[in-house]
Amino acid sequence: MRNAVETVDAVSKQKYDINKIRDDFPILSKKVHDKNLVYLDNAATTQKPIYVIDKVNKYYTTMNANIHRGVHALSQEATEEFERARIQIKQFINALGKNQIIFTRGTTEAINLVASSYGRKNVSEGDEIIISQMEHHSNIVPWQMLCMEKKANLKIIPINDSGEIIYEEFEKLVNEKTKFISIVYVSNSLGTINDVKRIIKYAHQFNIPVLVDAAQAVNHIKVDVQDLDCDFLAFSGHKIYGPTGIGALYGKVELLDSMPPYMGGGDMISKVTFEKTTYNELPHKFEAGTPDIAGAIGLGAAIEYVNKIGIDNIKEHETNLLDYATKQVEEVPGLKVIGTAKEKTSVLSFVLDKVHPHDIGTFLDFEGVAIRTGHHCTQPVMKRFNIPATSRASFAMYNTKEEVDVLVNGLKKIIEVFG
Amino acid sequence: MNQELRELYQQVILDHNKSPRNFRQMDNATQHAEGYNPLCGDHIDVYLLIEDGIVKDVSFKGEGCAISKASASLMTSILKGKKKEEAEKLFEKFHNMVTGKLGENPDIDELGKLAVLAGVQDFPVRVKCASLAWHTMMNALHNKDKKVTTE
Repeated sequence: MRNAVETVDAVSKQKYDINKIRDDFPILSKKVHDKNLVYLDNAATTQKPIYVIDKVNKYYTTMNANIHRGVHALSQEATEEFERARIQIKQFINALGKNQIIFTRGTTEAINLVASSYGRKNVSEGDEIIISQMEHHSNIVPWQMLCMEKKANLKIIPINDSGEIIYEEFEKLVNEKTKFISIVYVSNSLGTINDVKRIIKYAHQFNIPVLVDAAQAVNHIKVDVQDLDCDFLAFSGHKIYGPTGIGALYGKVELLDSMPPYMGGGDMISKVTFEKTTYNELPHKFEAGTPDIAGAIGLGAAIEYVNKIGIDNIKEHETNLLDYATKQVEEVPGLKVIGTAKEKTSVLSFVLDKVHPHDIGTFLDFEGVAIRTGHHCTQPVMKRFNIPATSRASFAMYNTKEEVDVLVNGLKKIIEVFG
Repeated sequence: MNQELRELYQQVILDHNKSPRNFRQMDNATQHAEGYNPLCGDHIDVYLLIEDGIVKDVSFKGEGCAISKASASLMTSILKGKKKEEAEKLFEKFHNMVTGKLGENPDIDELGKLAVLAGVQDFPVRVKCASLAWHTMMNALHNKDKKVTTE
């Protein structure tokens, strides 16, 4: 039997040894339609290194118990590991305190938590909430629901033809009615890295709080909540090489403290009688019910793994891949890249003349290449570029130039078939 | 090209994708319906001219993948001149074919050219592409103005 990878020191000792990194991800040796898997759907979800898989496995095989309040050894061990993951997240995003990190099921739940709790308390009729044209549906719909309930209005920051926020237009939208701003750090369908710091700085002149959707950021660039000075920040574990079903919300203490609970249940209370319930302190006030303990531990392990490789090294590798891929697809006749911002992560969204993204997706699948085709849960972005859908290749720390070549050759074959 | 893939993308399908038949809006249509696949953003309008219970003319407009476009184009070709009841029967047979309900050696003679879409049954995620036009046509036929969606 294979020995479990117990310490992160056992993984990837050298600076950027791509072969060693690939060896850490068991799924990458899989065959699809008798071809080597070329996994380029990383913006949807990333693959998991064996280090993370082993940590989750170890939790279930050696320490499974419910956390908090248990006096027995297993419960204490599980609690310790769970809370250690919280500290790992705190350090990873440079939060001041671990009580500012709330475990959620993912980015979507984190945004819903803020919309429901902070939003319901502070937004009233006639107020305005600002988001951008490039938001994922998960950062549109919760605010729409809130606006509907409160008879408030949603205002949209437009984007330019390269897929960048028009900052002057944003500033024009801010007024005395603006009660909240929720903005994506990195666009999932365009790859654009937004200057969220600039937006936050401007908003804070008027004391407007800002939530940053960092789902597509944490796995590509260094995220520092103190430097950004954001009021809330949300991300998901599975986009950063961790398990699905776990994510985190960061919030400023004074805001989190002022907010009512999001869900009621166990763990979020300090005292319950039928007459009155006193709520628990942060972060437990927002963590009703038994959480995904294994998921949290897995997310902590994923962060350890990313730290070991180094987020700056990952960024450099992915930028090289994106530059290479962008250059290679220039040779594909009739191909147009959607999303050409100056500051981009490794997302290559494109359309082909005469070939629909779904046909591209099916053809590439038979080459072993996994890409995403469709609207990527950003229908307003598709509308902005007047297209029904795009094909999207998104690169992660383990992808190679050879894999880009497989993609590009696949595209050339498709054009031959469709003529 | 892989065999399975070749069966999905037959020359007839590629041809109908490139030059779809009856690809136009119909100003004198007696019935019309709109279809939408929210998963991929595909969108189609189907127009029917029905006189004395017979499909005198049928056309479509819209945006979609090769499978959905070819399916719509083939559908319009086969429906012209058919009775309402015949159109309904064809829908049922076609639907059974693409969802794999006709079994290994289906009797698809009456489906004629539509049989080129039999390969779709091996691609469950693409069944909706092939059937969008047909569902939309059925709605138009029954004069339901409601938008069809595949979800």
